[in-house]
Amino acid sequence: MDRTPPEGGRDVVVHATGLRKAYGRGRDRVPVLDGVDLTLRRGEVLALLGPNGAGKTTTVRILSTLVAPDAGRATVAGFDLVRDAARVRERISLTGQQVAIDLRQTGRENLWMMARLAHLPRRAARTRADELLEAFGLTAAAGRQVGTYSGGMRRRLDLAAGLVTRPEVMFLDEPTTGLDPRSRQAMWEVVRDVVAQGTSLFLTTQYLEEADQLADRVALIDGGRVAAAGGPAELKRQVGQVRLELELATTDDAGRVAAALGVPVPGGADARTVRVATDGTLAGVRELLAGVERTGVAPRRWDLRTPTLDDVFLALTGHAARTTTRAGTATGEQTRPAEEVAA
Amino acid sequence: MTALATDAVTLAGRGLRLVRRDVDSMITAAVLPVVILLMFTYVFGGALEVGTSYVTYATPGIILLTAGFGAAATAMAVERDMSGGMIDRLRSMPVAAGTVLVGHVVASLVKNLLTTAVVFGVAAAIGFRPTAGPLEWVGAVGVLLLFVHAITWSAVLVGVLVRSPDAASGFTFFVMFLPYVSSAFVPVDTMPTWLRGFAEHQPVTPVIETVRGLLVGGTPGAPQGDALADGALLAVVWCAALAVLFAGASTWAFARRR
Repeated sequence: MDRTPPEGGRDVVVHATGLRKAYGRGRDRVPVLDGVDLTLRRGEVLALLGPNGAGKTTTVRILSTLVAPDAGRATVAGFDLVRDAARVRERISLTGQQVAIDLRQTGRENLWMMARLAHLPRRAARTRADELLEAFGLTAAAGRQVGTYSGGMRRRLDLAAGLVTRPEVMFLDEPTTGLDPRSRQAMWEVVRDVVAQGTSLFLTTQYLEEADQLADRVALIDGGRVAAAGGPAELKRQVGQVRLELELATTDDAGRVAAALGVPVPGGADARTVRVATDGTLAGVRELLAGVERTGVAPRRWDLRTPTLDDVFLALTGHAARTTTRAGTATGEQTRPAEEVAA
Repeated sequence: MTALATDAVTLAGRGLRLVRRDVDSMITAAVLPVVILLMFTYVFGGALEVGTSYVTYATPGIILLTAGFGAAATAMAVERDMSGGMIDRLRSMPVAAGTVLVGHVVASLVKNLLTTAVVFGVAAAIGFRPTAGPLEWVGAVGVLLLFVHAITWSAVLVGVLVRSPDAASGFTFFVMFLPYVSSAFVPVDTMPTWLRGFAEHQPVTPVIETVRGLLVGGTPGAPQGDALADGALLAVVWCAALAVLFAGASTWAFARRR
């Protein structure tokens, strides 16, 4: 077997450079990927984070051999994506946005079928199906048709179906879109277990929190290009430091506190909130709070804020990602031309 | 090659499980032809002069109608696979993904054997008396399977091409229509000349005539001897040609749809 020498080091399992893809013909031709470079190292989780239409799904479809790129090249699990597609397929698994299981087969039948299609012998296929049902908490439902499963159970089964062969690289395209918070948490647990067993994971998501929770490295994709990449902490550092936020009772109070701390007096709709950068240390924060105390004004609320990936996205792309915060409220929704382009 | 065969067997097993559990379409495929059989026999049959008891004349055609209903379900099942996530997953695996189509075809053949048996049973209960010996039965079932095979591949092509379940089920109207404009329910020489041309030369007519000749040979309207042999040859050639055409087109379209 002639594995292509991995570019960027032995431990690289996905390496893509200059991936381009456009859909449509003639004047309707719409570029979806405009030169995407990505690297996933063995045992790591890479989250490709971006809004709808940014090119996440197209990237996954290319890297999982479903469509060929117009330009650029990539190696996956050590093999060239185009020349050695068959070898790549033996080493990856894809769990797409749409659940790839049959509603009229039972959970066990679905997994058994996938194991057989991955060319496990009959007995091994049965054993593997049972192992996975156990690992994903589906043993009790194993004999029921999937049509009777909840959305979260279907997603878990779908993920299990992608693991029948213990792939080197697993592609997960928006694994929790449409799930309720509890099912999402459960899905994260399952994904962490999978990664703990040594599978490298290529994940796409439009949830900043999900990338923050699961990923070792995050690549922000926007308009078909990777806008920034790095560890979640690293990306946050690029954007700014820890901030102290103080909410005052009146705008007058806010003005006095701002003056005392030497920051601009806040204005606009947010005129009662004072924000001031800190180094994040105990001494630094204590000094700031002491400064607030000396003004004699009591803030209604104060908060120490670490930059979120939300802030990162806003800072690096100039617009907010469509996302959902921990509280479940939608924030930063902005329509952009690229969102109308289906990936 | 062995891997390919294993995949085909696995996916045929899947197809059979899906068909068996799709109770609605199973009932439609068996009950609707029975209703049509009863309607033609008892409502229209009395007024139709075909030279023999109407149930004897019409049963072979009803059997073909059954195959058509079954094919519509296949079109929908293939469409479901194409628009859902299944095909993407199979394509990312070391599986010849086209074998999923073969799985649907095998399932359709088995299902049609069952629904056809039901229709035969009802027909026998209301007076259909086949005169066929064992050899003729084998021949008749063989021709029917060839026909089901061909029409199923056309359904697969529809399933691969269309982009919605509604469009896939629309296929039913087309396949329902074909047997009506053939010798299924009335002898073609009772039709106006312009329609007779189509009815005589469309593939359903030689298939029906062959099945009729084999099952109820000797009754008025059923071909015998050289006429039967010629008709049977024509039927086989039609079915084989259509199967090759539709299977080829399905595979081609399947490989290109992304």
